[in-house]
Amino acid sequence: MYNAKVWETVMGLEVHVELATKTKIFCSCTTEFGGEPNTHCCPICTGMPGVLPSLNKAVVEYATKAGLALNCEITRYNKFDRKNYFYPDLPKAYQISQLYLPICRNGGIEIEAEDGGRKVIGIHEIHMEEDAGKLVHDPSTNSTMVDYNRCGVPLIEIVSEPDFRSANEVIRYLEKLKAILQYIGVSDCKMQEGSLRADVNLSVRPVGSDTFGTRTEMKNMNSFKAIMRAIQYEANRQVEVMEHGGEVMQETRRWDDNMGASFAMRSKEDAQDYKYFPEPDLIPIEISEETIEQTKKSLPELPEEKTRRYVNELGLSEYDASQLTGSKALVDLFEQNLAAGYPAKEIANWIMGEVMHLLSDSGKEPEDMAFDYGYLGSLIGMVQKNEITRNTAKKVFKAVFEEGCDPVQYVEQHNLKTVTDTGAVKAVIEEVVAANQKSVDEYKSGKEKALQYLIGQSMRALRGKADPQTVTAILKEILG
Amino acid sequence: MNLETMTALELGAAIRKGEISAVEAAKFSLAQIEKYDKKFYCFVTVQDDVLQRAEEVQKKISSGEYTSPLAGVPMGIKDNMCQKGIQTSCGSRMLYNFRPTYSATAVEEIMNAGAVPLGKLNMDEFAMGSTSETSWFGATKNPWNTACVPGGSSGGSAAAVAAGECFYSLGSDTGGSIRQPASFCGVTGIKPTYGSVSRFGLVAYASSLDQIGPLAHNAADCAAVLAEIMKQDKKDNTSVATKGVDLNAVLNTDVKGMKIGIPTDFFGEGLDKEVAETIEAAAWQLEAMGATVEKFDMPIVKYAIPAYYIIASAEASSNLSRYDGMKYGYRAENVNDLLELYTKSRSEGFGMEVKRRIMLGCFVLSSGYYDAYYRKALQAKALIKSAFDKAFEKYDLILGPVAPTTALKIGENLSDPLKMYLGDIYTVMINLAGLPAASVPCGFDAKGMPIGMHLIGHYFDETKILGAAHAYQQVTDWHRRRPTELDKI
Repeated sequence: MYNAKVWETVMGLEVHVELATKTKIFCSCTTEFGGEPNTHCCPICTGMPGVLPSLNKAVVEYATKAGLALNCEITRYNKFDRKNYFYPDLPKAYQISQLYLPICRNGGIEIEAEDGGRKVIGIHEIHMEEDAGKLVHDPSTNSTMVDYNRCGVPLIEIVSEPDFRSANEVIRYLEKLKAILQYIGVSDCKMQEGSLRADVNLSVRPVGSDTFGTRTEMKNMNSFKAIMRAIQYEANRQVEVMEHGGEVMQETRRWDDNMGASFAMRSKEDAQDYKYFPEPDLIPIEISEETIEQTKKSLPELPEEKTRRYVNELGLSEYDASQLTGSKALVDLFEQNLAAGYPAKEIANWIMGEVMHLLSDSGKEPEDMAFDYGYLGSLIGMVQKNEITRNTAKKVFKAVFEEGCDPVQYVEQHNLKTVTDTGAVKAVIEEVVAANQKSVDEYKSGKEKALQYLIGQSMRALRGKADPQTVTAILKEILG
Repeated sequence: MNLETMTALELGAAIRKGEISAVEAAKFSLAQIEKYDKKFYCFVTVQDDVLQRAEEVQKKISSGEYTSPLAGVPMGIKDNMCQKGIQTSCGSRMLYNFRPTYSATAVEEIMNAGAVPLGKLNMDEFAMGSTSETSWFGATKNPWNTACVPGGSSGGSAAAVAAGECFYSLGSDTGGSIRQPASFCGVTGIKPTYGSVSRFGLVAYASSLDQIGPLAHNAADCAAVLAEIMKQDKKDNTSVATKGVDLNAVLNTDVKGMKIGIPTDFFGEGLDKEVAETIEAAAWQLEAMGATVEKFDMPIVKYAIPAYYIIASAEASSNLSRYDGMKYGYRAENVNDLLELYTKSRSEGFGMEVKRRIMLGCFVLSSGYYDAYYRKALQAKALIKSAFDKAFEKYDLILGPVAPTTALKIGENLSDPLKMYLGDIYTVMINLAGLPAASVPCGFDAKGMPIGMHLIGHYFDETKILGAAHAYQQVTDWHRRRPTELDKI
């Protein structure tokens, strides 16, 4: 790790987000992820001769929403431009994008800075564009094939200012960005499915310098963890180059997560001339003041407001509230159960405890939680009604989390209900006492440990269906 | 009934009256193609289902489903308009085997009117050229003199009508590609206002300038075709709602009181003397019919050619990038890597003129040159548009030559592209402005080659243009003359 007292890392992000519109940006094909190769496409998204794009208006709405949620100015008079380059995954050999008049400009979001204070990361612009297809290499025939399913899926590219000074800031920004975009429903932001992809522009400079160093652009990071590692690797690499009297080359680098290293893809000299020019097949789009006002009004409560409300109205701690609101899925899990009448603190405790724990153990993102969110409430309800013990509930929740099973049925099937009939409990304990005369004698002669042994044996015999307090009370009663 | 001298509307009326069936009309046209096309080479493809289609159309005419005045009339389609299942080659080796799975909207519209398409018409490769010589399939010949070009790029569309191989055709016009061949072949053709006919399914050359339009024996036929295809299309973002073309209004137009302007700048250097005199004579004819004719200055004309070739080539270089040997069409053999697949496929698949324009287009769009060329060209385009807007405050129509000469000899211009480009001087500015304009036969030169007059209207004034042309054609017979070459075959 380089000496942070000597070197400073400067970063800017280009984040591509696939919009969650039902259909593609210029045709009526589905945007659904996956599917057999080349089954989600038509002559338009595969760029056949003579076809023309028809703009999906929802894309403009979503982009406007994103811009407003990210505090941007909305461009009233919008145009599309063509970015020309040859690659097999780009069937028209140009990407319809926006260069000259991007839909949003001059925004920003606030994150926690390295020194613990607040810091605004500027958003330079957001533009709309179409996604490309995917190349699939087939080792069995040593050939490369193209899948055009993703071609024409709408994207927004969110270009930040070079305001980041640490990998942590980058991750905090991305987490917040993701939460906001999920809140407003414009994207599912699934990194593994490629619906959120971040490229990092990074340079280093001596601390105190006010000019930027030569930057590299890093691509192909598929998780926040990979981004973190890639940034650390690249910053170290650049510092090392500089400390050895070398010069950082302006280039695009590809991160290889398995190797834990990035590799140069192309240098500045190889940089393509995209020959941008206004897209003649699409007329300019005008966004009215009225539309902008309406969109503003339609925005849901965003993370910061929500955090304040959770603290002030629901009595959650600042920390819990901000953790919860950092993810749309956690918010949904929380609010759905809150609406069903379960106590806020109890739900928050479950999420901050068991849910976070299981997420981190499984390496899953909150949006990957596949169970019915209402199941958490069912469990809380069972605990409240003393139908199961808290410990049992935790075990059941693991099954809910992992397999999506209905906790009520699960408890039923596995016979996990707390035995509320004290007579039945007493009968079991009496058997235990009868079978352990030695321990009974020891207890009676004053050995406290013997009682604990008997409690354990009783719990075992009861298979956890009674709570320890009840068992202890009954035992003491029997033993006199 | 003499089918050889009939117009599309006359034939349509005869079919509706039951004097002739759509099948008999189709058989006639197929026989004409059989007889003449070896010599003129208008058709790249003759469809093998023409008679089935004619039978089907006849049934629907009899049942009252098809009521268009053009129902049952055999026609041809320029080979850059997609027609489902039919080879659409654009006159290029690059698309020699391309069969679209969809049809152009204009093709669909004309089919809905009961058209009987005979096949696909030859053209300059990807509509780039003014001679129809750059087609990979071979050059189309002018039916008035087979040593001459028919003009281009819709040379097949114009020659097929002139030769009587079809009754009307669809062409496309990016810089004069309907009007110039119409002038060279002695037929009537109109490029409608940009945005009035859907471009969906028209293989793009220069998207901001391309427009589909009809070529036929006279203005009334053109009006009838336009009435069917001038419709807003949600598949073309640049298409607009128009009032369409009113065939009845066209047929009843009186030019009396119309104000016609003639830009003096259209009569400068490079204009053939015989053409100039013929156009002036046409103006006198219109004056004699009651129109006011007046000369005016329009100096902006001189920027038209450079602005056009910059914009058209820039858009073309991007539009034609998709032909990369990857998905359909021509693919080079024996290549070692991706770059070689691209370069070899494109080098072998495209002809000289197409490559020239792609290179020009890439140059003017390249970083550092964009502002000097493309942006300037867009400014010139805006100035040309406003100069016409200003002229149309004063005039109903603007009149001038379509081309500086009559049809050139085959091979004459192919070696000198600059000379060929200058031949587009009067037509390209109309596309830059997006205006509607027609070429109307108005005489012949001493060698017997046809001359067309250019009637330019303001936006969506197709009815006015074709009305004036129709009135002119009521008192002249230039449009009724048929090539003498035909009798020798």
